[in-house]
Amino acid sequence: MTRKKSPNPQSEEQQPNEGRRDFLKQSTLLTALAVTPPSLLEAAELRWDEKAASYLEKMPLDLEINGKAQQLSVEPRTTLLDLLREQLGQTGTKKGCDHGQCGACTVHVDGKRVLSCLSLAVMQDGKKVTTIEGLANGDQLHPMQEAFIKHDGFQCGYCTPGQIMSGIACIREAHANSEEEIREYMSGNICRCGAYPNIVKAIVDVKQGGQKV
Amino acid sequence: MINFGYSRVSTIKAAVEALSKDSNAQWIAGGTNLVDLMKKGVTTPEKLIDINNLPLKEIKKTGNKLYIGALALNSEVAENELVRKEQPLLSLALQAGASQQIRNMATIGGNMMQRTRCSYFYNTDMPCNKREPGTGCGALKGFNRMHAIFGTSEKCIAVHPSDMCIALVALDAAVLVTGPKGDRRISFQNFHRLPGDTPQKDNTLERGELITGIEIPDNSYQDHVHYLKVRDRTSYAFALVSVAAAVNLQGDTIQDVRLGMGGVAHKPWRLTETENFLKGKKASEATFRQAAELALKGAHGFGHNNFKLKLAPNTLVEALKIAAGKA
Ligand SMILES: Cc1cc2nc3c(=O)[nH]c(=O)nc-3n(C[C@H](O)[C@H](O)[C@H](O)COP(=O)(O)OP(=O)(O)OC[C@H]3O[C@@H](n4cnc5c(N)ncnc54)[C@H](O)[C@@H]3O)c2cc1C
Ligand code: SF4
Ligand code: FES
Ligand code: FES
Repeated sequence: MTRKKSPNPQSEEQQPNEGRRDFLKQSTLLTALAVTPPSLLEAAELRWDEKAASYLEKMPLDLEINGKAQQLSVEPRTTLLDLLREQLGQTGTKKGCDHGQCGACTVHVDGKRVLSCLSLAVMQDGKKVTTIEGLANGDQLHPMQEAFIKHDGFQCGYCTPGQIMSGIACIREAHANSEEEIREYMSGNICRCGAYPNIVKAIVDVKQGGQKV
Repeated sequence: MINFGYSRVSTIKAAVEALSKDSNAQWIAGGTNLVDLMKKGVTTPEKLIDINNLPLKEIKKTGNKLYIGALALNSEVAENELVRKEQPLLSLALQAGASQQIRNMATIGGNMMQRTRCSYFYNTDMPCNKREPGTGCGALKGFNRMHAIFGTSEKCIAVHPSDMCIALVALDAAVLVTGPKGDRRISFQNFHRLPGDTPQKDNTLERGELITGIEIPDNSYQDHVHYLKVRDRTSYAFALVSVAAAVNLQGDTIQDVRLGMGGVAHKPWRLTETENFLKGKKASEATFRQAAELALKGAHGFGHNNFKLKLAPNTLVEALKIAAGKA
């Protein structure tokens, strides 16, 4: 993949920093450790721990988010969810449980629905991410967004972005053939307001409408 | 999450080397279990080795076996034509696990390696011999509703959480691994282990051994199979008790049968004695009841999970009835 200069100021301030050099020094230290007598090892390991804790290395990351190529750099521990919300200000994707249990953070990566809270951003290098912000075509809402409004598919609206991303995937995966199947395949998305019956209606409607999703 | 180093490998050799020479490194596949455990501070690797570029995603027929690469996704395996046609029990078990979003990330290898869902194991303020050997077992006298009734030790009473593995143990699968000392093949029954005095070890893999895939030998369990998972909610929860049942019928007579049970032991529980009892018998509720009694031999509860002593045999009977078309 070719790297273009990014027009995004965010990524300017995240250019690989001193971290890379520190890391190389660190690796050399590790190699040295391998040949150090065990008696000296403990002390050296402690020092390494101390340095490791204070050191942050960033990794370059190319992502296409909602059709726009982005050149970024992230710490390995950054999840895709935190990257979207905190670094890129795309707060449509919601953080519920942050542990894979509620589905609020559902996004599409290379066309598949996944949980962004359990996805490390660095592992998505070169992939295409679609979030709730990427569904509408200008002022024209996505058919699933329309259907959620029409069928009253949400109350507080917190789980709604994840539900909509999952609902679309559910149809694309051909798992929307009956209300029962829809419920099963939407079960990874929890709604604390209990809007489920109307969510199912919205998905049935879009499926039967036969629009392209 | 504590920060860590990260690197990608694209050959199996590099993956094995990376782990063998760095005792603080761990492989990451889908990340659905590892990232969760790292967020909770249950495990704190200093380096993650991303193995997603390894060529281990294939699902194919090799001779009289079905081969599935370790990096094949749970959702892809569940919906694969070959798997559905030849090993429908595996497809059913996979579909009963987690949610579609998680199955789209979770890999076959990672699923086998996922750690217990014991809540004491997950809570770093609690004692747990599996997380920190020697600290004691919080569940033994604590809230142990989800815990094991077979093969426990006083060191640990946790259960293995995977649904897929219950089908695989019933189907006599083999695990293919590559490590610093070369390749080996482990029968699925011997892959996971009982807690004994070393509950920190979930399985018989040695450090640096990578799962490359699994193999399932051909069988005649295409028509009468069922995976029954009993859980607190109708979907998207771990099993209280689950049963994988495959029956080969001739008329009403059981020619052959395979039974795996989940949610009851530290490893996927195979019911060989029960299978032997059923062979040659008429498929009927009465026979299944007798079989279930036999299956529960040696089981005991720890208080909150005593209900499993009733739930397990009932689940077994129901799964056999559905599999044999007697429901
Ligand atoms: C909310 C929730 C609900 C769930 N419900 C269920 C359920 O009902 N039933 C069920 O069965 N599962 C369930 N799961 C668990 C899920 O199926 C597992 O987390 C998943 O299968 C793990 O696969 P992974 O590829 O994401 O593994 P990772 O998280 O990437 O890795 C897990 C472990 O396996 C190791 N590993 C990965 N690949 C290999 C390999 N090839 N060789 C050796 N070691 C390897 C890693 O180093 C790590 O230690 C649930 C998970 C969540 C978060
Ligand atoms: S049952 Fe096992 S995993 Fe749970 S607290 Fe006891 S030792 Fe830890
Ligand atoms: S925030 Fe990701 S599943 Fe709850
Ligand atoms: S609408 Fe409130 S959580 Fe679903």
